[in-house]
Amino acid sequence: MNSEITQILSTYIASQILRQPQRVILPDEPLLSNGLVDSFSLVDLSLFIEKTFNVYIDNTELNRETFDTLTQLADIIQSRK
Amino acid sequence: MKTFVHALLKQYDVNPQSKALHLLLDQKPDKSITYSDLIHGSAGYTAALKNAGIQAGEVVILILQHSEALVYAFFGSILQGAIPAIMPFLTEKLSPEQYRRSLMALFEITAPAAIITYPEFLGEVHQAIKPGSSVRVVLDCSQINPQSEFTNSSFDNGLNRSPQDIALLQHSSGTTGLQKGVALSHQAIFNQLESYSRALSLNLSDVVVSWLPLYHDMGLIAGFILPILSNVPLILLSPFDWVRAPHKLLHGVTKYRGTLSWLPNFAYNFCAQKIRQRDLEGIDLFTWRAVSNCSEPMYWKSHQMFLDRFQPYGLQSSALTTCYAMAENVFAVSQGGINEPVTIDSISQRGLLVDRIARPSINGEDQITMLSAGHPIDDTRIRILDQYHNDVPERHLGEVAISSNCMLTSYYNRPDLSTIAFQDGWYLTGDMGYLAKDEVYVTGRKKDLIIVGGKNIYPQDLEYLASEVQGVHPGRVVAFGIPNEATGTEDVVIIAEMDLIKNDFDGLDFESSPEYSRVTDEIRMRVTRGSDIALRYVRLVNRGWLLKTSSGKVARSANRERYLAELKAG
Repeated sequence: MNSEITQILSTYIASQILRQPQRVILPDEPLLSNGLVDSFSLVDLSLFIEKTFNVYIDNTELNRETFDTLTQLADIIQSRK
Repeated sequence: MKTFVHALLKQYDVNPQSKALHLLLDQKPDKSITYSDLIHGSAGYTAALKNAGIQAGEVVILILQHSEALVYAFFGSILQGAIPAIMPFLTEKLSPEQYRRSLMALFEITAPAAIITYPEFLGEVHQAIKPGSSVRVVLDCSQINPQSEFTNSSFDNGLNRSPQDIALLQHSSGTTGLQKGVALSHQAIFNQLESYSRALSLNLSDVVVSWLPLYHDMGLIAGFILPILSNVPLILLSPFDWVRAPHKLLHGVTKYRGTLSWLPNFAYNFCAQKIRQRDLEGIDLFTWRAVSNCSEPMYWKSHQMFLDRFQPYGLQSSALTTCYAMAENVFAVSQGGINEPVTIDSISQRGLLVDRIARPSINGEDQITMLSAGHPIDDTRIRILDQYHNDVPERHLGEVAISSNCMLTSYYNRPDLSTIAFQDGWYLTGDMGYLAKDEVYVTGRKKDLIIVGGKNIYPQDLEYLASEVQGVHPGRVVAFGIPNEATGTEDVVIIAEMDLIKNDFDGLDFESSPEYSRVTDEIRMRVTRGSDIALRYVRLVNRGWLLKTSSGKVARSANRERYLAELKAG
């Protein structure tokens, strides 16, 4: 289940945030600390997650303290379902 | 009024219990600060600086989060007669090594006598202080408490400053920007506040709401000093909270009946697109009379998008105003939209780009909708100059030059730069624009500066960072910005020449190769950690792709055009 979520998130981040559709993001790759996702994109990411997975995510919930990798993000989504 | 110290103490004498500001804090109740609190809080810093032997006229660098401590440390330094300079603090994304390098460069040029920072950051600051440094003391803000008792003589050092003395330093962003601290006198700042208050029709029923950082002129002057010295309440939230929850700005306006705000262009798009419907419950923007678009190229579409989204919540179309500003003029050069709607000028794209004249389009040429930045404020004059520094006719494109009674004193400790910037007493802004019916229109930059979200980015800083990546040919990197209408700001592009050429990847699609990913990732990481800027596009090319100038330097604008042309061709 989580791998399905990370797959969707990886595609979204590669195509919409990085604009490098071929890029594959590994489940444990640091996203924020490596500069792949910046604070402006965090709001986009939370809007995308709400719409795609039909879960409630508040704006301020997504930050360095709550997640840095796709696996951690998928866990947050999973726990809200 | 002689100096800031006099202005501040006057507010304290006349309105001690009046609210100077309300800090909107993350997940905590708002914190209200009266003029009395402000003086007592600041006096703690004045005393600490005095005890540390800091003299009038010495530079004090403030590296503090957006907080009560920053407010008090700033005015406490002023009351001691010292010269505060607010610097961005280290964020989670920046690399500590890179940040330390910038600090060391800054310390060398501005020769500060003291640094004030928060406890977690003391170690970082100490590491940046080299033997023989000008820094005599590093103060920990957690050890400084408000002073319950003080006398007027506590502020003697501040009261003895003269109007011509330097009040503060402002730095533009980036490593390169650190080398240019704009030094502003008390008199220049007062002159700006007087002219700008008139341009805004500022009055005692105004309430300023701001999320802007205080190390930037727009945040420091419009969103901090102007309201506090004018007895106009200020509602202040942190840029870090705003970017994660942009609706908080609108809640601030609703709760405190805010009337004035300043936003860089991208913020109009950001608010219009990224705020959830559920976060708009109870929002009422009817009191907002001027939301001034300032500090990066302004798009008519951004205003339209903002209005469409928030008109149902009481936003008036007359609230959409414009401003042209720069730290070298303290802040505003011109203001539009206060007493009449912002002038919209529809001109031919071809006319602007090819003929360099803002004229109507003919025979179905593509149009550009320009927003006027309004009339110059009082005592600021604008000229538009050609490359020989001669005036060009109305509606002809040229470099914007300004002269005013609120110009910078100098670039601090950089007499070389100070001389270059002026031509016969006129400051050459590096912005391109035109005048029409005494209103100024800014069309772009003469220099290669990139502006992202209102923040100035020097391409050479980013190129340097990308050049350090293994696999990139040293010095063969170019960084530039391209406008993005959807976000309302510029996207940053980096193109780097690779040491290996495409043929080395025989049988593999170059762009899908692991080496391509490794190098692009590393460029993104280094640039973000070194500059706090996220790159939008990173492209790797063969040796020889980048166009060079006759002197062998990478030509930024020529490469930008080539990139855009290839993008268009698909």
